[in-house]
Amino acid sequence: MNAVKKSLGYVWMLMAPALICFLVYQAVEKISAASEIQRSNVALQWVIILLVFTPICVGFFIFGKYAISNEYAHLPESSTEIE
Amino acid sequence: MIQEKKQSSIAFVIGASSVGTLIEWYDFYIFGMLATIISKQFFPADAGTAALLSTLAIFAAGFIVRPFGALVFGRLGDLIGRKHTFLLTLVIMGGSTFAIGLVPGYATIGWAAPILVLILRLLQGLALGGEYGGAATYVAEHAPKGQRGFWTSWIQTTATLGLFLALGVIILIRSSQGVEKFSAEWGGWRYPFWISLLLVGVSILIRMRMSESPMFSKLKTEGKTSVNPLKESFGQKGNFKMVLLALFGAVMGQGVVWYTGQFYAQSFIETVCKVEFIQSRNLMLWAILMATPCFVLFGWLSDKVGRKWIMLIGMLAAVLTYRPIYKQFLSLTSAKNRIEKIDLAKITASEPKVVTDAKETTKIYVTQIFDTAYTDGAHFKYIKTDTLLLTAAYDANLKMDALNPSLVVSKSVKPNVVIEKTMDDATYWNLIWLVFIQIVYVTMVYGPIAAFLVEMFPTKIRYTSMSLPYHIGNGVFGGLVPFLGTLIVEFTKSPESPMGDALAGLWYPIGVASVCLIIGVFYLSNKIDKNVMD
Repeated sequence: MNAVKKSLGYVWMLMAPALICFLVYQAVEKISAASEIQRSNVALQWVIILLVFTPICVGFFIFGKYAISNEYAHLPESSTEIE
Repeated sequence: MIQEKKQSSIAFVIGASSVGTLIEWYDFYIFGMLATIISKQFFPADAGTAALLSTLAIFAAGFIVRPFGALVFGRLGDLIGRKHTFLLTLVIMGGSTFAIGLVPGYATIGWAAPILVLILRLLQGLALGGEYGGAATYVAEHAPKGQRGFWTSWIQTTATLGLFLALGVIILIRSSQGVEKFSAEWGGWRYPFWISLLLVGVSILIRMRMSESPMFSKLKTEGKTSVNPLKESFGQKGNFKMVLLALFGAVMGQGVVWYTGQFYAQSFIETVCKVEFIQSRNLMLWAILMATPCFVLFGWLSDKVGRKWIMLIGMLAAVLTYRPIYKQFLSLTSAKNRIEKIDLAKITASEPKVVTDAKETTKIYVTQIFDTAYTDGAHFKYIKTDTLLLTAAYDANLKMDALNPSLVVSKSVKPNVVIEKTMDDATYWNLIWLVFIQIVYVTMVYGPIAAFLVEMFPTKIRYTSMSLPYHIGNGVFGGLVPFLGTLIVEFTKSPESPMGDALAGLWYPIGVASVCLIIGVFYLSNKIDKNVMD
């Protein structure tokens, strides 16, 4: 099980930057395809989405990194293990 | 002494916490449900900046301010206590909701209207971000051993019951007033906002009688509360890894299943299947009403068999059945499998509406209604409105019959077509059944989650640690279901298929729930933490 957790960690680490690239690509495409009147509104929507998703993707990357370093091999059973 | 015992009884704790949380959800939902009217009153489409403010009100409140509220109030809850913090969120939510109902429209006070509404909506988002974590923590910290899932599941019903209450109040007022009166500047759409003051007032009185969580009080007496909850929650690797696991292994999938079952389903039935406004809302009400007891059932069950597998089975069921369910929605509401009652098919033309705008251009809106009745009892209405642009020689006193075609300069190339489908009883109940199934998935993923999150984190930083993943999972991943769903449908449109694949929007919740399911299966533990005192 730990080997699977570790291997999947690489997948999560790769998925995180791929997701950011996909969102940036979509943002550029949608903003440039929007009409003159709608452009600033569409841009605002995508700026908010990127602003929110970038730290989430960073978190997903860190999650993958923790998985690779076996941090999830054993989950804490009491608060003393967390502190 | 007896009074004290009474106050601290678990039933009172659940009731008092749940009513407040339910009202907060009600307050948050009515804005979304009345979005069309609110946008007309406060964010007129022809004013570009107003549209930007509207986007901020819709997007920022859910995606940025909710997680931010989780951090602000989570920290406060771990520093000064649960009771006072979620009392504060209730006051902020109730006050801002009531105030939205008092703001005059854009037509009366101009720019001040959308700016005020934006500020109040952001305050709503902030308060919601702080409420849930507090209520769930408070109840869980009062719950007897071995019954945490059961008791916290009552808090879990509030989000759905809040939706039920909001839908019910809006339908009731709209039906009693009629569409025109309801949508006027000071019309009935404001009543649900004003009603909130009464509900919040009662809830504040109840909550003020509550005592602080026994676990938090113990920590405070011993001087063991956290000094810096944000640092301890997200700066310590041991806790931060659990925050990430909670988000990616449980709440992210729960959020998309919840929003798909309760919001995307309604929007799909109304905008894609074109089921009539009141009927589409009524069927949601029935489905919610029938499925709500399942929150408590799965909460109770999670105390017996663990939280993990109930949540993951809910996600798996959603991943496997969403597309067949939505395909069935399309099939049930299609005209294809129906037989027309030829003698009852009729075309009616309403009185033409003549409008002369500021540029002295005269337009006539000609509406034709094609009403088709089917043998099974269903009625489909196609309301087609053509816009005729007339020359200056047009005499407004002339009747439409006498209108000289040479006066018509142009006719709208693309007429405005509104389709309203009223379903027969059998189809109506089939639709309810299909929504019900989706809400049962919601109850599976959402019923046990409060207990699950509470058990993951230590008492001194519990409010902060569980609030952030919860609001990212629900506010961001869940809240984006309608937006990203529509965006994916857009990808599938082409000149050969101008409508695209109506089911393609489901790939977003299916994709997120699948990733969450894999993470949950391999990384989560099914153990119930018997001692949450630590």
